[in-house]
Amino acid sequence: MSILINKDTKVIVQGITGRDGAFHTSKMKAYGTNIVGGTSPGKAGQEVEGVPVFNSVEDAVKATGANASVIFVPAAFAADAIMEASYAGIDLVVCITEHVPVQDMIKVTPVLKKHGTKLIGANCPGLITPDECLIGILPAMIFKKGNVGLISRSGTLTYEVVNMLTESGLGQTTCVGIGGDAVSGLYFIDLLEMYENDPATEAVVLIGEIGGDAEEQAARFIKEKMTKPVVAFIAGQSAPPGKRMGHAGAIISSGSGTAEEKIKAFKAADVPVAKEPRDIPGLVKEKLGL
Amino acid sequence: MKIHEYQARNLFRKYGIPVPEGVVCHTVDEVKQNVSDKDKLRVIKAQVHVGGRGKAGGVKLANTKAEAVEKAEQILGMDIKGITVEKVLVADAVDIEKEFYVGLINDRNTKSVTLMASAEGGVEIEEVAKVSPEKIIKMPIDPSMGLMPWQARKIAIQLFADPKEIRQCANILVKLYQLYVETDSSLAEINPLVLTPDKQVLAIDGKMNFDDNALYRQKEILSMREADKDELKEIEANAKGLSYIKLDGNIGCMVNGAGLAMATMDMIKLYGGEPANFLDIGGSSNPQKVVDAMNILLSDQNVKSVMINIFGGITRCDDVARGLVIALDQIKTDVPIVIRLSGTNAKEGLEIIKQTGLPVVETMREAAQTAIELSKK
Repeated sequence: MSILINKDTKVIVQGITGRDGAFHTSKMKAYGTNIVGGTSPGKAGQEVEGVPVFNSVEDAVKATGANASVIFVPAAFAADAIMEASYAGIDLVVCITEHVPVQDMIKVTPVLKKHGTKLIGANCPGLITPDECLIGILPAMIFKKGNVGLISRSGTLTYEVVNMLTESGLGQTTCVGIGGDAVSGLYFIDLLEMYENDPATEAVVLIGEIGGDAEEQAARFIKEKMTKPVVAFIAGQSAPPGKRMGHAGAIISSGSGTAEEKIKAFKAADVPVAKEPRDIPGLVKEKLGL
Repeated sequence: MKIHEYQARNLFRKYGIPVPEGVVCHTVDEVKQNVSDKDKLRVIKAQVHVGGRGKAGGVKLANTKAEAVEKAEQILGMDIKGITVEKVLVADAVDIEKEFYVGLINDRNTKSVTLMASAEGGVEIEEVAKVSPEKIIKMPIDPSMGLMPWQARKIAIQLFADPKEIRQCANILVKLYQLYVETDSSLAEINPLVLTPDKQVLAIDGKMNFDDNALYRQKEILSMREADKDELKEIEANAKGLSYIKLDGNIGCMVNGAGLAMATMDMIKLYGGEPANFLDIGGSSNPQKVVDAMNILLSDQNVKSVMINIFGGITRCDDVARGLVIALDQIKTDVPIVIRLSGTNAKEGLEIIKQTGLPVVETMREAAQTAIELSKK
C-alpha cells in the first residue's frame, strides 16, 4: 500500500515538449511510472519520449483515462495549467514549477475545492511510491520500498534524509515533497491523515521549516488523531527574522513562524525532533522498536 | 519586495485612499525648499525598511518650519538598526480622535487574501494578536468575488458608529483590496487609520510588501524598488539564479537547495559556529554558478572559512565535482574551504574533487566541524 499514487496511477505531463518536461518524462518512464500522455497546445499528434502529445488535458484524459498530471510549464502559466487539469477531472495534480505568484495560487484554490482535485505544490519536487510510481523530479535511486512515510517542505534536504533512511535499512511507503511556497496544495495534516489510514505505513518523518504555523497544526493533529509515530526535523533554527530563506514560505514574520515555536509544539505532542538530519533514522528505529 | 512609507502613501493616494499632505526629502535643503513656509504641526519620519524607527528616534514632531528643518537634519544620516537614513517624509500632523488598524495579508491557512481590522490601532498589531487576539477581526476574501462593499461595511460597522464614518472606512477597505490584488501585494497595512475631530477617516501610516514572484508583471512596483546595501547584494545574487542572504557570522556556506541550505546554517550553529550567510545555488552543476556564488560569498570580509555542501540528486556528484574543480581553479582565495559531497555517484565525485587538494568530507557534521576549526586559524 501507499498514499496518493501507486502502480495503477496514469500520469500525463503538462508542458511535455519543454526542456524540463521532456527530460523528466524520460526519467519517470525509466522508473516505471505509467506516463500515458502529455500536453502542449497545438502539438497534438507529436510524440515525446514515445509518449503521445495532446492539445489539452481534456483531450488527454478522454484518450488515456489519466488520473494524475505533473506540471512543468513556466510560472506565468502554472495556475492556468492547474485549473485546466482540475476542470478536466484529474484527481491529483503535481505542480513542479517554482516562482508561481501567490495571487495565482489563491485563485486556484476554490477551483480545486469545487472539483475535489488534490494538488501537490507548486514549487515542489513531487512524490514517489518506491518501485511503483514516481511523479516529479526526485532522484529515484535513493528511495527504497518500505514502511516509513515522509512529508517535506524541502527538496535536497528531503533527498539527504531519504538517503540516510535507506542507508540505515528504513524503506519508504510514499515520500511527498509538498513544496516551499506560502500558499500551496495538500499540506502536513492532509497527508498525515492519509498515512494514518494507510496500512503499510508504520511511521512518518515530517520535515518542516520556518514560516507559517503548519507544523504547529500538524503537532496538534498528531496528538489528537494519530496512532502512528512521527519523527520531525525543522530547518531554519539559525535563520534571522524578516528574511526569506530561499523558499517563498520560509520567513519568520513578526516573531511568528520560528523554529523554536515549532519544536516546542512537537515536543508537547510527544513527537521527537531531530537535532540534525543524521539523527532521524535512529529516532524512527527507536519509535518502531527496532 | 518592500517599499517605503512615502511610496505606499503615493499608491494609497492613486487609489483614492485619503492621506495627509506630505513630501519626501533627501536633504535638509530639500526640506527648506519643498516644505511650505506656513508654521503648523508636522511629523518628520525616517524612511527605512525596518520596524521600530519611532523607538530609535526616527520620528519627530515639529511646530514650525524652522523646527521641521532642524528635526530633519537630526534624522537624515541617522543609523537605525544598521541602516543609514537617506530620506525623510515631512507630513502634516493631524489631530486624532481615535486610532484603528486595517490590513490585508495572504493567509496560508485559509489560502486567501484576508482582511484584518482592529480598534486597537497605532500599536504593533503583532502584540495585539499575541495578547488579545479577540480584538482582531478577520475576514477571508473570496478571490472570485473580491471584497464586496457589504463585506467592507460589515467590518467598518465594528470599528465606527456614525454612518458617514462607516461609509468612509468601507470605501477605504474596498480601495485597499483593489490596490492589493492589482499590485500583487503580500502585505498592505494602514496603521493607524485615524478618525480626526472633524470626522475625517485618514490613513496616517502605510506599509506595503510585494510578492517577488509576481514582479515580472508589476513593472511600476518594480520601478519603486529602493534597496539598501544588503538588499542590493541579494538582488544581484537573484539575477544570477542564486539565493543569498547575508548574516552576521564568519563561516560562509554554499549549498544546493533552500531546505538543505537552512539545515547547513543550523548545523554550523549547532557545533558552535556562526553562519555568515544563506546561499542556495540551485540544482545545476554549472561551474559559472559556483564561481558567481563564491564571489558573492567572499565579498563579505567577515568570512573566515567556507563550507560547500552538495547533495547530488538528479545532478550527479561527479558532474557537480567537475563543475567545482573548474570553478575553484578560477577563484584565487586564501580563505580555507571544506567540501562535502553526498548522494548519487558520491564516490566518483569525491575522487574527482580530491585533485583540488581541498579537504573533502562525507557528512554534514564533519563538514561543519571542519569549517569551524578552519575559521579559527
